[in-house]
Amino acid sequence: MNLIRILIVLLFIQFKAYALIEVDITRGNLNPLPIAVSPLSSNKESQAEFEKILEKKNIGSEISLVVENNLKLTGLFNPLKKDAFLQKPDIAHLKPRFEDWALIKAQALITGKVEIVDEKLRVEFRLWDVLAAKEMLALAFTTVPSNWRRVGHIITDKIYERLTGEKGYFDTRIIYVSEEGPKTQRIKKLAIMDQDGHNLKYLTLGNELVLTPRFNPTNQMVTYLSYFRNLPRVYLLDIETGEQEVVGDFPGMTFAPRFSPDGKKIIMSFAMDGNSDIYTMDLENRVVERITNHPSIDTSPSYSPDGKYIAFNSDRSKYQQIYVMKSDGSNVKRISFGNGLYGTPVWSPRGDLIAFTKLHKGKFYIGVMRTDGSGERLLTENFYQEAPSWSPNGRVLIFYRETKTDDKGEGFSAKLWSIDLTGYNERLVPTKTDASDPSWSSLLSN
Amino acid sequence: MNLSKILKNTFLVISACLILSACATKKVSEVGGQIQGDVYVGSDTVEYLASGVPDRVFFATNESILTTRSRDTLRKQATWLRKNSDVNVVIEGHADERGTREYNLALGERRANAAKDYLMTYGISASRISVISYGKERPVDSGSNPLAWSKNRRSVTVKAN
Repeated sequence: MNLIRILIVLLFIQFKAYALIEVDITRGNLNPLPIAVSPLSSNKESQAEFEKILEKKNIGSEISLVVENNLKLTGLFNPLKKDAFLQKPDIAHLKPRFEDWALIKAQALITGKVEIVDEKLRVEFRLWDVLAAKEMLALAFTTVPSNWRRVGHIITDKIYERLTGEKGYFDTRIIYVSEEGPKTQRIKKLAIMDQDGHNLKYLTLGNELVLTPRFNPTNQMVTYLSYFRNLPRVYLLDIETGEQEVVGDFPGMTFAPRFSPDGKKIIMSFAMDGNSDIYTMDLENRVVERITNHPSIDTSPSYSPDGKYIAFNSDRSKYQQIYVMKSDGSNVKRISFGNGLYGTPVWSPRGDLIAFTKLHKGKFYIGVMRTDGSGERLLTENFYQEAPSWSPNGRVLIFYRETKTDDKGEGFSAKLWSIDLTGYNERLVPTKTDASDPSWSSLLSN
Repeated sequence: MNLSKILKNTFLVISACLILSACATKKVSEVGGQIQGDVYVGSDTVEYLASGVPDRVFFATNESILTTRSRDTLRKQATWLRKNSDVNVVIEGHADERGTREYNLALGERRANAAKDYLMTYGISASRISVISYGKERPVDSGSNPLAWSKNRRSVTVKAN
């Protein structure tokens, strides 16, 4: 008996000593991993170049701050304070003195180097397991200097992937609707920003009402609803060129657009004579197909990632519920059966879950269910919130939340929020103005 | 609409009134008796196409059914439109803030068309009426309470020319 116990203890110690760090992202993490993000080192000449090109003194520190902020916001990591670091960045990058890092309780360490080579930004970084005293990852890449924030995001993606075993979601952007002005006369503009709120750009001027922007799979195009000339229609916008066009030639309102997973079609609702049905338009040959034909409201269509199914919202059973059908419109099945109303189904990029908005007893919830409607799980409850959009790895949802207007007609706000699939780590996503209708891009680089 | 359906609707309205008067005396007095059966019956936001011709009708939550009162308003609009045959109109459909954006766009369209259909049954040509849904984008009352919401669930007939 004692012998067995000793053996187990020995095995355990061995395991402890040799296994590299792993971060479990399937549960809410109450003990975020202590991680030291050493500033990326750079030499004098490169620093002078950075200052000339980017007007930033120490780009290495700035990049490491991007990484640190990303890691912190996941709730899975606890970046340690830099003033406790004992080893200089350049020396740590060559060979960390693991005892020093263990002393400040770091379990993982990120080091790196950044320089200007032929007017390009060259970055290398390493991830170290402090307790095992081992290198876990070493990578280098080159880009244009103006991309320096993206460098921080790409580093975070690689580190997240190495430590959790899943792709990251940091080198991504969010498109949303910026809101300003009184509630009865809101000015709305399309806005795009990096996932962490930087590099904000407006894509429309606010002359007409715009709603529900969504990226195509390559993130170059956006489909959205515009009230241009007071005709609410689905539009297609090329983000790089600014060119835009109406999608199809419908004699009435088209709305609730999304791209098919291959990016070749737009699926949307078309409303005519008080009835909304779901249609697709092929962007190459402009062929329009009717997918549903029912006197009820059919809207908010969202494809499964393999393109074989469509989840949508319908009130054919009197109130708003979620339905799934084959992509040709056959085999319609209701999947939401809980108490309350259900809307805005969005298929997870992993294919196994559908996120939704639920209204029950005057409260709004963001939740997820399996694609057959089983396993419903509500992640967050509030006065008003809707329109979840998945991070590309299917681990985080972004949505918008509105607050109540008080008796004086004040206090209204619309903000973006994110929450992990675990139901933990709910966070306000800072935006310059009020914001709604967020849509998360896929990874910009792979 | 056949007789049995009309009777059924009347019955529904009557029973709704009965339920209200039976159990919601407090609620009604709170909002000054301006909501009946979830439908706004006050005149706060109402404008007029002409003297005695209100421009809007109100709906119950998630509904596009026209109440007796709404039908009365629309008949007045139809009468006025028949007399003013050079006027075309846009019917704007709206929803309250308590619903998802996309569904509310569809609901607003459905409400505007309910009003349009009724005008058409009173002889107004479809070519004179266009509809537009604003969903929940253009509330008339910015409040977050049942009275404000009831004012916002509306379709408004606006002169187009």
